[in-house]
Amino acid sequence: MNLTVDVQEHTGKSIVLLAGEIDAYTAPKLKETLLSLTSKEGNKVEVNLEQVNYMDSTGLGVFVSGLKSTKENNSELKLVQLQDRVYRLFEITGLIDVIDVDKTVRGGY
Amino acid sequence: MESFDFIEIKVPAKPEYVGVIRLTASGVANRMGFSYEDIEDLKVAISEAVTNTVNHAYEKDEDGEVTIGFGVYENRLEVMVADHGGSFNLDQVKRNIGPYEAAEPIEQLREGGFGLFLIDALMDKVEINSDSGVIVLMTKYLHENEVGLDDDQISTTQ
Repeated sequence: MNLTVDVQEHTGKSIVLLAGEIDAYTAPKLKETLLSLTSKEGNKVEVNLEQVNYMDSTGLGVFVSGLKSTKENNSELKLVQLQDRVYRLFEITGLIDVIDVDKTVRGGY
Repeated sequence: MESFDFIEIKVPAKPEYVGVIRLTASGVANRMGFSYEDIEDLKVAISEAVTNTVNHAYEKDEDGEVTIGFGVYENRLEVMVADHGGSFNLDQVKRNIGPYEAAEPIEQLREGGFGLFLIDALMDKVEINSDSGVIVLMTKYLHENEVGLDDDQISTTQ
């Protein structure tokens, strides 16, 4: 019941590797890290959710905040490698049309 | 009167306990024979309801408690989440509860944005009572019939 947040910095791009669960307890730490990256002018932020096995609406809220931040700072946010269950939440809520989400799993099933 | 088992848990209204409730819900649903998919739906829906309560307590700067009740029936799981420390009077809760109406006085639940929307989408039935505090009653049915039908279809095509 925890979330690890690892950030890899590249030139003009940040990759965020998440592992664990995103809920009311773990979301604040994720939000802080994510917004620190999206607030960098022009930064491309890629969040890898391959190891995220649980997420609820607090996680959706974090990514909505991140998206708003990208609009203010001319940065980009992309979510990649989502598990089916997590991807489904973006579908149900319609956020799939608003946030750049690529569920493709590396290497397929 | 339909017989059922009832499990009640009370935790502090703090974010670190949302996961504890989620694990408990998963255990109860697993014991009842829910599918993996349904258990995941239940975990999200119950977490949403508990998170709403936790956020509400936080905004009011209260050291509140959340009470969660699991009604384990033959064909369904009923989950109650209440933002007060008192125990449930099951009959009273059921009498006072009505169907969820999107535009009704549940403003504090809406604060989470997608929380209530997800509960509604993931559970079979959702009812809310906001007379004294907020109580969410949500139901998920065991869909054993569907499995039976699938089995039949497989056997006829062989």
